[in-house]
Amino acid sequence: MFQLREITKIYRKRRQEVVAFRVDQLEIAAGEYVAVVGPSGSGKTTLLSLLGGMLSPDNGQLLFQGQSLYGLSLNERTRLRREQIGFVFQTFNLVPYLTALENVQVPMYLGGISAAEQRDRATTLLEQVGLADRLDHKPCELSTGQQQRVALARTLANNPRLILADEPTGNLDPESREVVLSMFDTFVRDGRTIVMVTHDHSAAIRAARKILLKDGQIISDTNDAISRSHCA
Amino acid sequence: MNLRTLVWREMSERPSAMFTSTLAILLGVTALVAIRHVTVFSEREVGQQLQSLGANVLVLPEGATLQDYYSADLTSQTLPESHVASILLENLPGVERLSPKLCVSAKIAEHPVTLTGILPQSEFQAKAAWQSVSLFSNKHEGCTRAACGPKTYDGAPESLASERTIDQLKGNEAVIGADVAEFSKLKPGNSVKMLGETLQVLAVLPRTGTVDDSRVFAHLHTVQRMTNAGEVVNAIEVMGCCEDAAGSLVPRLAELLPDAKVVTISQIVSTQVGINRLMSQMSLFVVGVLVVVGGASVASTIASNVRERRREVGTLLALGATPSLVTRMFLMKASILGLIGGVGGCSLGLLSAILLGSRWAGVAVSPLPDFLLIALAAALAITTLAAYLPARSAARLDPCRCFSDV
Repeated sequence: MFQLREITKIYRKRRQEVVAFRVDQLEIAAGEYVAVVGPSGSGKTTLLSLLGGMLSPDNGQLLFQGQSLYGLSLNERTRLRREQIGFVFQTFNLVPYLTALENVQVPMYLGGISAAEQRDRATTLLEQVGLADRLDHKPCELSTGQQQRVALARTLANNPRLILADEPTGNLDPESREVVLSMFDTFVRDGRTIVMVTHDHSAAIRAARKILLKDGQIISDTNDAISRSHCA
Repeated sequence: MNLRTLVWREMSERPSAMFTSTLAILLGVTALVAIRHVTVFSEREVGQQLQSLGANVLVLPEGATLQDYYSADLTSQTLPESHVASILLENLPGVERLSPKLCVSAKIAEHPVTLTGILPQSEFQAKAAWQSVSLFSNKHEGCTRAACGPKTYDGAPESLASERTIDQLKGNEAVIGADVAEFSKLKPGNSVKMLGETLQVLAVLPRTGTVDDSRVFAHLHTVQRMTNAGEVVNAIEVMGCCEDAAGSLVPRLAELLPDAKVVTISQIVSTQVGINRLMSQMSLFVVGVLVVVGGASVASTIASNVRERRREVGTLLALGATPSLVTRMFLMKASILGLIGGVGGCSLGLLSAILLGSRWAGVAVSPLPDFLLIALAAALAITTLAAYLPARSAARLDPCRCFSDV
């Protein structure tokens, strides 16, 4: 799905340069469940932004499904993100003045889906995440676990093949965290690709592949599936 | 879900913030609409006064000041009544009628009214016959009355409202203005007691929208007797046959009555014309205030709204919103503010003009649809233009702001 070749991302501030992320070669295959771990400032979110088509690298080439992601125009990249990528955020990033149903409808509206279809699909998705009785509740009227489930329903609104998650369990209690991670397991079983940035060790071990970052560089890249097959 | 829902939900979430940001636009449009309406109708009023009173000349006490033709006689200074006879005997060319007036304050049913003494035309005819002069016989050469339209005098007492003179009025009779009739419930044939004397109501005048509505007209000599004022008047109105005649009458009257001030209606309304010009300039100033203050207020509101919603905008961009959609989102919000400010301002301004127009400028105001549309369009244009730069900056926000830390 992704091929990163000699990618460098540098942040410049007050004549100082910080290499936020650098990698010679990195590939992420379709259907993989990848956890990106590492200390704060190690480049995890920078990698997620690069993969999401929201932060162009200073050097190198980033291919998404065989085409250069940053060779696309801004509008093409926006359309690709809308149609193929779903995001999960640590703070959920729900629109505070919209109801749960309307929040889930937002990506569908952006995708040009009719109002009636938006409503039907959003209702179905919220039912799937167990919030059928919270359709007209605003985020402030929901628990943090419920808010993250609304966010997950929103992520699935346009049926993305790739899910980029930024600390998806960071603000959740253990029970809600388990619900979210179980849903991620289901997403992967459905054939979706997940790249999840996390500090949460119990979340990271659910992923088949773990990439450890430090100072913007990949320190280790382990794949349980490959290890298991090698062991076998 | 659509753009309108997205924008409207956010705005309705904080109605007080929305109201505050649109206040400058609302007040600007209110002032603009109110001033413009009063000015336009005041100009029309002046035009009508010139049309109907263009040929009239006022003879006033020398120290009298005046801004309104209809209240010119409301002065404490007086002229000797003998000036009326002087004008009559001089038989000046172009003079068609004379109307001397004496005004005093009085009350009917605890309401203040102006008791105005007038001399009916029948008295002039009697005086002329007694003094063997031909009444108003000296026609003005090259009279342009035809250009002003035919002028015939109606004998009915109600015509006093428009013609400023009355043919017949007995010593114990009174003609009352529309406001007086309304609050006193007096009708023709009723009696009214004023300053110790009882007068019989001869007629009720139609409403004029001037101070005449709160006057009680009685015979000049009756008023002089009731007030012990002696043989004096506050003003003498001289009806000319045409504007040309009025112009040439002024120097002749000034020469004849050196202790009096002689003015034409054009000179009187020039004060109002000056006020109207000032109000027109004021409305330009208000447009400036509307553009600068209203525009700055909306630009500041939208800019701070963009700052507050950076993460939300970043999220929308991450979810697939195009920069142009984000721009439209903020421009739509600004145009809603403009629409609310514009509609509210037009309504308030019109209401103010209707309520205050008659009180301050003595004019009846009705809506000017073309101007209201222009004011509304201006409010919309100003808010949209003012919001353009903040909206563009929102569209250029980094979508990475949606993440918890970058």
